[in-house]
Amino acid sequence: MRKSLLLITLSSLASAAGPPVPARIEFNRDVRPILSDNCFYCHGPDKGHREGDLRLDLRDEALKAGAITPRKAADSELVNRILTDDEDDLMPPPDSHKKLTPRQKEILQKWIEQGASYQQHWSYEKPVKAAIPAGRNPIDHLVQKRLAEIGLRPSPQADARTLVRRLHFDLLGLPPKPSDMATWSDLSGKKYDELVSTLMKSPHYGERMAVAWLDQVRYADTIGYHSDNPHNVWPYRDYVIRSFNTNKRFDRFTIEQIAGDLMPGANQETRVGSAFNRLLLSTEEGGAQAKDYEQRMLTDRVRAIGNAWMGQTTGCAQCHDHKFDPITMRDFYQLGAFFADIKEPILGRREPGMMVLDAEGEKKQADISGRLAALQAEFARPRPELAAAQSAWERKALEAVMSNGAWLPLKPLTATSLKKNVNLKADKDGIVRGVIDKKRDERKQNDGTDTYMITARLPKGATGIRLDALKEKSPGIGLASNGNFALSEATLTVARNQKQEKLPVLLASATFEQRGFPAKNTIDGISDQKLNGWAVLGATGADQSLYLELASPHDDEKAVVTFTLSFAHDGNHEIASLRLSATTARPPVRAPDIALPDREVAAILRTPADKRSDPQRKKLAEAYRQIAPELAALRTKLAMTEKEKADFEAAAPKCIVSVSDTSKRTVRILPRGNWMDESGEVVKAALPGYLPKPKVEGRDLTRLDLAQWLVSKDNPLTARNVMNRLWKQFFGTGLSKVLDDLGAQGEPPVNPALLDWLACEFMDSGWDLQHMIRLIVTSHAYRQVSTSTRELTAADPYNRECARQSAFRLDAELVRDNALSIAGLLVPKVGGPSVKPYQPEKYWENLNFPTREWQNDSGEGLYRRGLYTWWQRTFLHPSLLAFDAPSREECTAERNRSNIPQQALVLLNDPTYVEAARTFAARILTECNNDNAGRIEWAVQQALQRQPTAEESKTLSMLYNRQLADYQKEPAAAEALLKTGATPVSPGLNKPELAAMTHVARVLLNLHETITRS
Amino acid sequence: MYSAETRRSFLGRSACGLGSVALASMVNPGMLLAAPHGVPGTLPLPQKAKRVIWLTMAGGPSQLELFDYKPKLAEMDGKPMPESFTKGQQLAQLQGQKLVCKGPMFRFQKYGKIRMELSELLPHLGGVADDICLVRSMTTDAINHDPAHMFMNTGAQIAGRPSMGAWVTYGLGSEAENLPGFVVLMSTGKGRTPQPIAARQWSSGFLPSRFQGVQLRSQGDPVLYLTSPAGVTRERQGADVQTVNKLNQQHARICDDPEIATRVAQYEMAFQMQASVPDLVDISGEGARTLELYGCTPGDGSFASNCLLARRLAERGTRFIQLYHRDWDHHSLLREELPLRAKEVDQACAALITDLKQRGLFEDTLIVFSGEFGRTPMAQGNKGPVGRDHHNKAMSMWLAGAGIRRGVTFGATDDLGYAAVEDVVTVHDLHATMLHQLGIRHDAFSFKFQGLDARLTGVEGARVIRKILA
Repeated sequence: MRKSLLLITLSSLASAAGPPVPARIEFNRDVRPILSDNCFYCHGPDKGHREGDLRLDLRDEALKAGAITPRKAADSELVNRILTDDEDDLMPPPDSHKKLTPRQKEILQKWIEQGASYQQHWSYEKPVKAAIPAGRNPIDHLVQKRLAEIGLRPSPQADARTLVRRLHFDLLGLPPKPSDMATWSDLSGKKYDELVSTLMKSPHYGERMAVAWLDQVRYADTIGYHSDNPHNVWPYRDYVIRSFNTNKRFDRFTIEQIAGDLMPGANQETRVGSAFNRLLLSTEEGGAQAKDYEQRMLTDRVRAIGNAWMGQTTGCAQCHDHKFDPITMRDFYQLGAFFADIKEPILGRREPGMMVLDAEGEKKQADISGRLAALQAEFARPRPELAAAQSAWERKALEAVMSNGAWLPLKPLTATSLKKNVNLKADKDGIVRGVIDKKRDERKQNDGTDTYMITARLPKGATGIRLDALKEKSPGIGLASNGNFALSEATLTVARNQKQEKLPVLLASATFEQRGFPAKNTIDGISDQKLNGWAVLGATGADQSLYLELASPHDDEKAVVTFTLSFAHDGNHEIASLRLSATTARPPVRAPDIALPDREVAAILRTPADKRSDPQRKKLAEAYRQIAPELAALRTKLAMTEKEKADFEAAAPKCIVSVSDTSKRTVRILPRGNWMDESGEVVKAALPGYLPKPKVEGRDLTRLDLAQWLVSKDNPLTARNVMNRLWKQFFGTGLSKVLDDLGAQGEPPVNPALLDWLACEFMDSGWDLQHMIRLIVTSHAYRQVSTSTRELTAADPYNRECARQSAFRLDAELVRDNALSIAGLLVPKVGGPSVKPYQPEKYWENLNFPTREWQNDSGEGLYRRGLYTWWQRTFLHPSLLAFDAPSREECTAERNRSNIPQQALVLLNDPTYVEAARTFAARILTECNNDNAGRIEWAVQQALQRQPTAEESKTLSMLYNRQLADYQKEPAAAEALLKTGATPVSPGLNKPELAAMTHVARVLLNLHETITRS
Repeated sequence: MYSAETRRSFLGRSACGLGSVALASMVNPGMLLAAPHGVPGTLPLPQKAKRVIWLTMAGGPSQLELFDYKPKLAEMDGKPMPESFTKGQQLAQLQGQKLVCKGPMFRFQKYGKIRMELSELLPHLGGVADDICLVRSMTTDAINHDPAHMFMNTGAQIAGRPSMGAWVTYGLGSEAENLPGFVVLMSTGKGRTPQPIAARQWSSGFLPSRFQGVQLRSQGDPVLYLTSPAGVTRERQGADVQTVNKLNQQHARICDDPEIATRVAQYEMAFQMQASVPDLVDISGEGARTLELYGCTPGDGSFASNCLLARRLAERGTRFIQLYHRDWDHHSLLREELPLRAKEVDQACAALITDLKQRGLFEDTLIVFSGEFGRTPMAQGNKGPVGRDHHNKAMSMWLAGAGIRRGVTFGATDDLGYAAVEDVVTVHDLHATMLHQLGIRHDAFSFKFQGLDARLTGVEGARVIRKILA
């Protein structure tokens, strides 16, 4: 094919041509872009990079330096420098690779001749609300005023089919159904407004609106760096959907996200909103330095606020004062300091986060907590009726304590677990503690069982071993969620002749045995049976001990003995803390029928009864309650309810949210952004110096101040920014095209009066988004046809003036939603955990720590809307990626809208779309009882909401006949095609016919028109 | 100013996406329209390299065992690392640990006419020593894998920047017919657990999506979604594609949307790719001698196979070919694992050079071999048998072909191999040099993003390493 050319030339060529120089030069429109692009880099706000001590961004400075002499262009050094032939004097200097065009030079001269008046950059000026004649739609008034000025006329209104389709895609992101087309075939009178209201009330409206916002705040299911493991944030996505659906005012929406934890009346909803502060990238990479990532996280957050709310590219000021906008490094780090209070690990795994419950979940939680509290109260109440039994126990317990001296605690040499589901550590007192490995747990690598291997030496002549399970933590002495454990087998081995030889155990007994789980199970040779072990439910609140009598006294005090403790009962029924002891007392070695009291209780028991203090007496009563046979049933019930609570909490959705820490991280200005340089000044949170802001004295500013400032009426940026991006959703391009930069290097809006009016109205309406959307979509500007005329294309090729509507491809998620909807496969459920539709195998093969394989969901998870797809930052689902969905590693205001061959491959071959085609085909054959021509007409109605042309019908019929003839010759191929995807094939259908119709459906799903909103 | 839409529309009509001519934002489209296709346009610099093959050794190979022999370090083996070297410096997993020198664990020998000093682990590379330029003074800013890869590929440690392959195909387009212009191939050493690699390493970032790297996979579809559904033969697929295009063209007559013409072209391209990619990856037709030269067997997914595929891509005009070989992160078991990795790449690298030479492609193919950072002269012992930690003050790499000097070593580190001290090279310098060989001025090659003229080589300044150019 075509050989390629390289065409990289100088920037000067960019604006070689251009419209005629206006009669009256306007600084912001005509001059600032030239100065900003060509001069400010060296003669702008960044003092660190200023040449010749000259600033051209401030009028006084430029005049003082003699660069500009108003009304005397010839006397102005600036003019001399841009016109000179002398390469040494020429500005911009040749080595900058910048060059002014003749038109730009003319503008600068003319501007100086006219007095060189400056304006503050447009977006930093307070927006001005233009007066609108009564009875006019303000948008149409301002659009048409501008059109009249440039000699263009608005286009006619589009037909009902186009408008219904357009509104459905823009407001719901879903195609209209044929029944919708019938309902809204006439949009005259109030009907159009009714349609708009109906769509805004749909729960799918919030889903549609969420897509762009989730890009802007870089919402994703994983942490982004290195291992790219999951973090819990999906409740935030649902919060965003809900916020749009309830038309939450944008000022409140803002405050909840930035400071939802600090708001008066903070609640679950506002706290989940504050997950915004946690959406950034984080790392679990070994060897990462905290200071490095502290800085990355700070800068990430400042960029996010700048992008999502202010429309400012703050990122430059991480290393130097901004070269084009008045943002200083100080502004940058002071903005970062607002987030220094957020409690979070800088490195490593994120915490699971706050439990997020819906109404039903809250009810269930209240029920469990209520029952638990009642049981606890019942358990704790004084029980005089147990006094006699208690004193009997005290006597026996004291005996046990007194005879305990015969037991010698063992010092473990090593303590490890085989599977590492539980990590073991021995302390200096010989106590071995086990902790469930959270990472393995979350990654679902923990099967809930493990084996402890502990080595120690036994004293010479040892006759018995005691294993104490110690009560150190709640809920009990076992790691299972009810505080229980189940020891399947306990063996002692010793290395002899390079073999592990077993030390035979004669008898096992215990201080307590759960019914069905006696101590003898631990020496029966069965180590892998779930229900075969020693367990203690009913007495998990006190120390319990297992006594093992050795068959013969141990004679080798030098030999290393390995204790193998198997726990085969899943759900992590391991012992939490244990101690091993040995005795040399003469056999038999038997457990007393009471649990050995812990150290504190033992001390009390040694104290004569009349000398015991009240707290000591209370403690004794408590200790007895933990083992009193009379209370066994109650204890069991309590443990089960505790387990119920723990299980409920473990299964409940969670979200990492903002929690404010009283001790804040220190924030310094980092010279050149270098985190290893700690010489910079320490700064506190403060609002940017170049924008109007409230005076606050006598206290430090918080995130709440930042959020309130962003949505205060004095802030000139936020409302403009939000409206500019909203405009893009409904017209395809922002009024200012560079969506993420309203600063000097962005583009002044084509219709500044319109953007200002929208911004003012947005604020005046109380930040009411639906009000603004209604204004936009009911305007004539919105309702125009998107087709152009030759004259219009010549005058306004990119449709910046809105003399017509625009046609553009659907966003990635909507391409999917549209196909599933047409096929009748879409599951319209709103919200919930992210889902995993079909993804090519091995797509994740380059992920590690741990390695992962994507597991396709089954059932409805395969057919949810695109925005619910699991968002893996380092490997975004390839069919979303092909249609320009961003990885959301950084905030994204503007998605590419590309047109690449991978899109064709996805729509043709991704099983999602093949399955959609065959289920659509089944609908065509079953729901339309007609001949083939009629069926094809019906199908086109479903996909495009219009009649096919005769030519289209013919083309599709030919395809159908061709494929049908082909499949009739090779029915096995039809079978194979129809096996794509999980949906069963309805048995009544003729397979070659269904396969052939699948091709027709597939073609319809692949059409440009199908994936285009026009 | 012309917007993205026009460029896209234009490209759509004329060149259809992948492999099409790219335009920097500052290009005057009028000029382009006037320029006939097939004729090289105004290249700012002579184009020495028509394509790049970048061999990325992911994980950070140890230069001290492979490329940079330090007798003084051998002498100091086991002794404390002098604090004067390391004080106040950024370390990764050795931060706060006792720092002890570790001498080279393998022997070095002199190879070729120029007596290039290379590891005994690289005999085949030694065989082509007179063709390569070894740089011992490479440095980088980053010290953790993920940011270091980002920096090496995109010139920035912030996610979202275009990778070099995207920049280059954006600037130069591609000559490949029905194949992507920027292709990524991945292989994994048969060792322990390799570091992850994120897809952002071949992302087009803020450049148009068509410049993103396309991963050529060794398992499953060689390109994602390449294979037609079960039961759909090429003829059946062709009938559908033809029908889609016919209907799109009929529709274009009603609404004059230039995107439709682009879409039609993309469907043709996709359909062609369904044939051309399988043809590309099928190396069974390569002669036994070639397979022996590389040391691979068809379908083994090895680095050697990927080198052979790289040559096939080069022949077909792909502009930027990036190979990753994973599992060089030897915090421990360096002595045990490094020889295995070296063996996996040594013969194939040499074979690639030899093969390109015998096919006349060496002269205009730029080959680069590098990790994302180097490794410390200090031992790391806290992860098992001895290894070395990440290190950004010194690393080695080599370049070859396309106007790079042959049989040269360039730059040097200090006596202990801690820091590059002579002719220090930064990542931006490397990028500037690579662009230079491709005929591109790095300081004039930019794309407007967030109001800035974003460059691959950043704002800090970069130098073309002229001393390594022939």
